Amino acid sequence: MATELTVNGKPVAAETHPETPLLYVLRDELGLNGAKYGCGLGQCGACTVMVDGEAVLSCVMPLMTVAGREVLTVEGLGTADDPGPMQRAFIAEQAAQCGYCIPGMMMRAQAVLSANPQADEAELREALQFNLCRCGTQIRILRAIRRARDEFARRAKAETGEGDAL
Amino acid sequence: MSDLSTLTRRGFLGAAGGGLLVGFAMSGHAWAQSEEAQTYDASAELPGSLPDDPRLDSWIRIDPEGGITVLTGKAELGQGIMTALIMVAAEELGVDPAGIAILTADTGETPNEGYTAASHSMEESGMAIRHAAAHVRLLLLEEAARQTGTSISELAIEGSAVRGPGGTVGFGPLAAALDLAVPARPDVPLRAPADRSIYGSDVPRVSIPWIVTGAEYYVQDLRPEGMAHARVVRPPSAGARLISVGASGVDSMPGVIGVHRDGNFLAVVAEQEFQAVSAMRALQDAAEWEESETLPEQSRIYDWLRGNVTETGTVAEQGTGELPSGERTLRATFNRPYMLHGSIGPSAAVAEMQGDRLVVHSHTQGVYPDRDAIAEMLGMPQDKVRVIHVPGAGCYGHNGADDAAADAALIARAFPGRPIRLSWMREQEHGWEPYGPAMTMDIAGAVGPDGRISHWNYDLWSCAHTTRPGGAAHLLPATLLADPVEFDLPDLKIIPPGLGDRNAVPLYTIPNKRILFHFVKQMPIRTSALRGLGAYGNVFALESFMDELAILAETDPVTFRLRHLDDPRAVAVVEKVAAEFNWTSDPLPANVGRGFAFARYKNMAAYLAMALELQVEPETGRVKVGRVHAAVDSGAAVSLDGIRNQTEGGIVQSLSWTLFEEVIFDRKATTSIDWSSYPILRFESVPDEIAVHVIDRPEERFLGTGEAAQGPTAAAIGNAIRDAVGIRMTDLPLTREKVMAALDARRAS
Amino acid sequence: MNTKHIIGGGIAAVIVVAGAAYALTWRSEMAAVARPAPETIDPSVVEKGARLAAVGNCIACHTVHGGEAFAGGLGVPTPFGTIYSTNITPDEATGIGNWSLEAFARALREGVDREGHHLYPAFPYDHYTLVSDDDTEALYAYLMTRQPVEAVAPDNDLVFPLGFRPMIAGWKMLFFEEGRYTAASDQSEEWNRGAYLAEGLAHCGACHTPRNVLGARITDEHWSGGSSEGWTAYPINQASPAPIPWDAEAIAFYLRRGWHPEHGVSRGPMAEVTGNLGRLPDEDIAALGVYTASVMGAPDAERQANADRLREAIATGRGSGQAADTMTQPDVAGADEDRGAAIFASACATCHESGRPQPYGGLDFRLSTAVHADNPQNIVNVTLFGLPPADGEASAVMPAYRGVLSDADMVALLNYMRARHTDLPAWDGLAEMVGATRSGEHHVAIRPADGIERAPGNLGAEEQSWRQN
Repeated sequence: MATELTVNGKPVAAETHPETPLLYVLRDELGLNGAKYGCGLGQCGACTVMVDGEAVLSCVMPLMTVAGREVLTVEGLGTADDPGPMQRAFIAEQAAQCGYCIPGMMMRAQAVLSANPQADEAELREALQFNLCRCGTQIRILRAIRRARDEFARRAKAETGEGDAL
Repeated sequence: MSDLSTLTRRGFLGAAGGGLLVGFAMSGHAWAQSEEAQTYDASAELPGSLPDDPRLDSWIRIDPEGGITVLTGKAELGQGIMTALIMVAAEELGVDPAGIAILTADTGETPNEGYTAASHSMEESGMAIRHAAAHVRLLLLEEAARQTGTSISELAIEGSAVRGPGGTVGFGPLAAALDLAVPARPDVPLRAPADRSIYGSDVPRVSIPWIVTGAEYYVQDLRPEGMAHARVVRPPSAGARLISVGASGVDSMPGVIGVHRDGNFLAVVAEQEFQAVSAMRALQDAAEWEESETLPEQSRIYDWLRGNVTETGTVAEQGTGELPSGERTLRATFNRPYMLHGSIGPSAAVAEMQGDRLVVHSHTQGVYPDRDAIAEMLGMPQDKVRVIHVPGAGCYGHNGADDAAADAALIARAFPGRPIRLSWMREQEHGWEPYGPAMTMDIAGAVGPDGRISHWNYDLWSCAHTTRPGGAAHLLPATLLADPVEFDLPDLKIIPPGLGDRNAVPLYTIPNKRILFHFVKQMPIRTSALRGLGAYGNVFALESFMDELAILAETDPVTFRLRHLDDPRAVAVVEKVAAEFNWTSDPLPANVGRGFAFARYKNMAAYLAMALELQVEPETGRVKVGRVHAAVDSGAAVSLDGIRNQTEGGIVQSLSWTLFEEVIFDRKATTSIDWSSYPILRFESVPDEIAVHVIDRPEERFLGTGEAAQGPTAAAIGNAIRDAVGIRMTDLPLTREKVMAALDARRAS
Repeated sequence: MNTKHIIGGGIAAVIVVAGAAYALTWRSEMAAVARPAPETIDPSVVEKGARLAAVGNCIACHTVHGGEAFAGGLGVPTPFGTIYSTNITPDEATGIGNWSLEAFARALREGVDREGHHLYPAFPYDHYTLVSDDDTEALYAYLMTRQPVEAVAPDNDLVFPLGFRPMIAGWKMLFFEEGRYTAASDQSEEWNRGAYLAEGLAHCGACHTPRNVLGARITDEHWSGGSSEGWTAYPINQASPAPIPWDAEAIAFYLRRGWHPEHGVSRGPMAEVTGNLGRLPDEDIAALGVYTASVMGAPDAERQANADRLREAIATGRGSGQAADTMTQPDVAGADEDRGAAIFASACATCHESGRPQPYGGLDFRLSTAVHADNPQNIVNVTLFGLPPADGEASAVMPAYRGVLSDADMVALLNYMRARHTDLPAWDGLAEMVGATRSGEHHVAIRPADGIERAPGNLGAEEQSWRQN
């Protein structure tokens, strides 16, 4: 029996066994490379995606608990031909070395900024505590997220004439 | 015919997508070329990796449409080498980097450049490609001159074509008329620094757009047709023997294709990845091992090193090794523990056995050595084994990648005919990757009445700092087989760039010095190359000691260092960072300190000086780094941003090493097997600010930069703590407990 | 008697009562003194004060995560509103730099500040009143040698009319018994030392004893369990729900290290307590263990037998094979318990049935006090919010399941865990508790494990208002 969920805006009927962590479903059944296996223990954040707007560690999230819910991965933020603001910010700041942790960072950042569009440096650092970067790219990552934050704010202002909503 | 061998051989294109590259305007000026016949001076040396592979088309290829491909034996580890090498080629050829594709380390396609390590990539591959590209350019121009009936001085390169009064000819037709299977010439003219327009410009890295959009990029992303998934069950401790595998029910678990056992090597293959993980766990529970205590006591590891010396080598000697009496003398002991590479993504590989051919996709730093080792392990001829590099997570040296490739190869041989992706688990990476070796060192020095160091004695105890595959004897899986290969313990090797003794010789001018490496051949805990090798521990020790000598000489630490530096490039980085940081001796608030450090990596590669400010919290022993400045001289700076990125990254990583990291083990096995028990730096401890100032020296050759920051960062932290709260920390890592204990001890005395 | 007299008498009565009340509540201001110079203070006394401050856990309440030690400003949620801890650094303008030893002692043991204002009993002077003169002096020496910090705490945010401090005098009259510790002559020195510390500076009862509606401890139910910042503080008397009973050695081990192989890791506010106690001398930790064990009493025969059986079951080992087994169960959309079992197998067993020892392995739930307790608040907290990672310190790390599990899934999971690992009846009101905790209606303080000897930030359900400063 398939598990029905929405991934990056599209309905999906996942055939993988419902006890399989979402991470493997995203990668192996749906071919989405963004979320990564880093530890499988919920300690490193490389598998971070968004579910119903909240950042989640997909390596500890059984598929059965995602039924009927909305999953967002980096692939849903934009494409190589048309990258979204978060992706453009990371490219502009060259915020990557090996890059393995980056999609997790981006999804965490996306979640934080969705809930708190004016998150400051301290709030960003606190939110990103759950994501490890071993190459030492943290300063650039923060710069990229701040850049994305400012871009989101600009767009929100342009659209609504006011600040805020993502 | 599997798709595997055609996978990823599309090459990594320099064109990262519309509009993303900075618009690049070619000046189109003519190449100033001497009209004199170019004589081939066979006695001159080819630079970089060219001597091993002098044919031009080993490095540069041009297809009939004019598309340019650069080939390198080096691998992209996240250090941005692909982009840097494209830039080098583009600069010499005189073309837009966006038009160049690059093929990286592949035993079936690219030159053999050994390992992507030791920060040699620019020096080896960069110099080779630069030279080859310049030669290819010359040939293109000569051919164009011949075809259009003009002289080279009237020609200019525009786009992928040569234009002149006689017409324009594209690279494609030109290359088709050329034979690039010719050896490179050592005397080919290279583009003068004044004519450069790409080095130092901001060429965005080609891989970042792929990384942020989830493109298929990592070895973990490979999904060739028919691929199955595998997991290994590792022994519970070093030297454990697999007695039996009980009834695990594994064979009837969903998706399981089979189990492979060979001595102490145990693996399971399944259709889906999580099925393989679940099967691995069941197999693990059912396996019974005979274990023994093979590891030394961690709390006495430095005594153990000192007590097990095999051979002592002299690294450097000058004057006398006897410290004088009656002068100002000092002694200290420094310690550095075993440390992890700690790659964020555990090692993985994809392998397939098709008939008598094996193809392995791996993130190994050395596809050729790994290929040779795997072939040896399997008893196969080398030309039947192909290893292709695909990026993995950052490796920072010899991590589990080579072993994972060997694991995958063994499993592929047991399950031929379909690709198998093998991935290690986090616990396996933490437990089985080769560690950065423990080191302990004694320093004794003296300062003369003239305020200069007169004597310097350095004694280092450590195991081998590299056990990279140089044969199956360095592949972990090979040592687990029923007919095992015995792990080969390296002997002491003293070479100019150093290994465990890397940077043990200070660059400072000191009349009397004696530097000895007391080598321990025994290796109960497997160690190998970790970024910087011995430089991390040696620079921590010697730069900390320099500050203590400076205090003895009642001199400012920067002034003291300058007093002993004769190399003008060293002086330049020291002065540059001191100025940028605004290094003074003005008083700082309580518990705040500033620290300085300098080193020239290997005494041959990049120069780096740094200054930082930090705060110590006496109540908790916590160290919080504020602002950091570094000055780097990498010779001719190709990718400025690459240099900055690597330096920032090295500083942050070294900060984590220095404050937090040490492998924990009991008498049988490593117990720090995940991020909870081997914590590394998280966002809260990231410095407030890191500024990297690059000193560009266009006339000079490329210098390796990726490892230059590790040692100086550790020393700068130690020196800043000394400045902040007056305690000299000598025992890495500088944990909160140690800081508090040192503060308590000082208060008590 | 005419109206004028009645009114006059009434006014007089009011004045007398008010006067009496004023007289009762009024406390004198003590003169400000110059801050004692740190060099004049005996370092060995400071050292002693440091240890005592660790027992008292001063730093945890008087420091804000990321802020400077002892500078105050941490919002402590109470049923009556939020109280902000004060700056107890020796800053003369904004801290206690100009307090004499007498003023400090009065604050510590009588709950009155230098200017004569009554202090809210969120500052547990009802425990600190037991502290001896020597120890008070040592604490004073320690605080006076800290780094002075200029910082003013936010105003308290209390339900009207509790902002009116003289009312505290009334509370004190009803509930506060001032006085030093007196040794029990029929007990050992070690027991008395443990009692002195536990009932005094360590103020265990402040969390582990239930409180009445006016926020005072119900002394008849000493150590029968209480709460702190959204967590349940378990009974640590004979009603302890731990599956394997605590003994003096186990308690000492736990207090020293913050974990125990048979009980798990300390978390929430207790993580800060064990973090601080970790630096205490062995004698003090052992004393605390002895005293606490005596209050818990020896387990009865049945409880002991259960414990022995449990120990044996665990020793024969059960690794993660169970996780794999459930993969073969085809029907997971079935009964609630099946769903709970499936979620457990998939999301929890990797760590909690790995056989990996404490403190880094997930606790085997057969040993879990949280699963055996009557009040499931703690297991709800940990499942929702996890154990956040420390920065640079080895610590048990558990991911948060807040975003993973819906309320219904969490209830199914927890019910399954209760049924599978205990013989106790199912919890009541679990669904409401999960909902209220997730939404922040029931506020929980989540602390990362590092800096557990200081007060880290709240990463839980609700932003703390101090952030708006």
